[in-house]
Amino acid sequence: MRAPLALEIALARGAARLSRLAGTGGGTTLPGKLLWKLDPGAVDRLAARLPHGSAVISATNGKTTTAAMAARILEPSMRLAHNRAGANLVSGVASALVAARDAELGLFEVDEAALPEVAGRLSPRAVSLGNLFRDQLDRYGELELVAQRWREMASALPRASTLVANADDPQLGAIASERHGSVVFGLDDPRHASPELQHAADSKWCVRCGTPYEYAAAYIGHLGDYRCPSCGHARPPLDVAAREIELHGLESVSFSLDTPEGSTRVALQVPGLYNVYNALAAATLARGLGASLDAIAAGLQGFSAAFGRFERIQLDERSLLVLLIKNPAGANEVVRTLVAGGAPGLLLVALNDEIADGRDVSWIWDVDFEPLLGSLRRLIATGERAAELALRFKYAGFAEDAIEVVPSLEAALDRGLELTPPGGELTALPTYTAMLALRDLVARRGFVKPYWEQAA
Amino acid sequence: MKIVVGHLFPDYLNIYADRGNIAVLTRRAAWRGHEVEVRALGAGDEIRPGAHDLFYVGGGQDREQELIAPALAALGPALQDAVGEGAAALAVCGGYQLFGRFYRDQSGDELPGAGLLPLHTVAGERRMIGDVLLECELEPGEQRTLAGFENHAGRTVLEDGAEPLGRVLAGFGNDGESGFEGCRAGRVLGTYLHGPLLPRNPWLADWLLAQALAHRTGGDPLELEPLADELEGEAHAVSADRARTRGGRF
Repeated sequence: MRAPLALEIALARGAARLSRLAGTGGGTTLPGKLLWKLDPGAVDRLAARLPHGSAVISATNGKTTTAAMAARILEPSMRLAHNRAGANLVSGVASALVAARDAELGLFEVDEAALPEVAGRLSPRAVSLGNLFRDQLDRYGELELVAQRWREMASALPRASTLVANADDPQLGAIASERHGSVVFGLDDPRHASPELQHAADSKWCVRCGTPYEYAAAYIGHLGDYRCPSCGHARPPLDVAAREIELHGLESVSFSLDTPEGSTRVALQVPGLYNVYNALAAATLARGLGASLDAIAAGLQGFSAAFGRFERIQLDERSLLVLLIKNPAGANEVVRTLVAGGAPGLLLVALNDEIADGRDVSWIWDVDFEPLLGSLRRLIATGERAAELALRFKYAGFAEDAIEVVPSLEAALDRGLELTPPGGELTALPTYTAMLALRDLVARRGFVKPYWEQAA
Repeated sequence: MKIVVGHLFPDYLNIYADRGNIAVLTRRAAWRGHEVEVRALGAGDEIRPGAHDLFYVGGGQDREQELIAPALAALGPALQDAVGEGAAALAVCGGYQLFGRFYRDQSGDELPGAGLLPLHTVAGERRMIGDVLLECELEPGEQRTLAGFENHAGRTVLEDGAEPLGRVLAGFGNDGESGFEGCRAGRVLGTYLHGPLLPRNPWLADWLLAQALAHRTGGDPLELEPLADELEGEAHAVSADRARTRGGRF
């Protein structure tokens, strides 16, 4: 089997180069797609060659950031095969395996629906489950269905694999409890709890008996310290916890990382409670792969931002702050972070409805945009569904004459920059394909590298 | 004038932006000088005769539907009395299914319905997902279109003589075969269309408000003062176009 595999890899690498030469993109999925077509089993064999095996990360929100944080922790000690640009289906994992010639460890973020197949093929050493929120129901079907597939995936993992899960998510806490040796993480600082359960909370009813949970603290959506008053199902005891959390607006967040091996103070260079969850997921996974507490703290503190997620791009005299939005729970945290840092007066929001964005745009009505309205003076609504987005703000009570509907992303960017004074910053909230297009626009103007170069 | 909306099980049935529909009813009433008061209705709540002008019930996943179906069915007789004396209702997606006689889910369990619409629903193998465009005629001679998004495994079967909400121009509709979508019984409307439905179909929001006001005054529905609906029109056009180019079909 050796010769054919080598040949397949050579072919796939050639395809990536061709894709880049043709200017059609980064070749981040093409080689994988080709390899996948030639021989699906090649993915399994490529992964089996990694001396330190593989680790996979999935979640509705935070996959890319968690994987980037874990990479930062692990990189100093080993060479990684990592799908950094977020190509997270089986083909993206295959491409990363093809591209990384001497990798020792595979580190992959994986799409929620693709996770069972990827885990089955890779027999990963560690699997991290971050959270499950309603997201692209047009693509994934119902949330319960994803949870059920994850449950089956977890029970089929090899005995030696470590399951890492967010105990604050009732569905994931339950999956972890069913598997001996699981390691769970969570937040433990009720000062940062929401006053009430957010509208975007999903798993609000006991996964065992259906009674509404009682929350000692709800942090993001349904993530928190829950207990069922009827059957007693509760958050499992935390193995790894974040305590004494200090939020510093748009700039940073720090917390005490408590592990069975001891505690350390971590200062993240990215903001928000959701990044504390991402950091906990990355830390717990890296710990499971043998990283020391010092290496974990150093890696987390050296992390800046993942691609398009709270990314600040300097454009001559102005800067552009890009915050990806893709579902209610994630967008709510973006809003919360913006408000904590002093909400902007001008906002560009871009809504596309391609498959990767979700063809059903109804989710924008479940986002709590309202906290932004107090200081918002002008909204530029753009993207393929710009008018729908404008309606979301209009029916929230925002003045219609303060909304500019500019469907062309390029025209909207120019308009936004025109309204931003020199030295100022334009805040942009794009959906996934709009984020890629926006970065492409500023890359063509020479301000950032194309994503495949950055990802290399 | 004050319009009272009874929002059924808002904590459970809210999956597809149902609060967008409520926001549209509230704002469009306020822009005409009327006040909308939304009262949540849940398990065991009393529905006093004449207290509500309009009922709203939204969508949920199978699990949420299972959790509340018996409680909603228990409110059925009171709801039937209320719509019998002229209250209006809009039921969307999961709520539409539960407004019928019963819903048999994927595992074969049968959930009881509230019995406000002459139909029943049986879950099928394949989900019907995509943009939808309907042609409706709620008032004789007034043809209008409704644009929305559907995502359901249930096949809804209307009983003989039941009136659909509209004819499917693009998309699946009730069952992917009949060419019809939704159901109408007097002032009670049920539909799979979310998106949410009302922001991009403001004429339907106004029709519901007119019925609710008629219930409040005891008179006939009056035409509401028109509003500048340019953004709504644009959103409708894009959504309708999506249905025509990529609406679901088997």
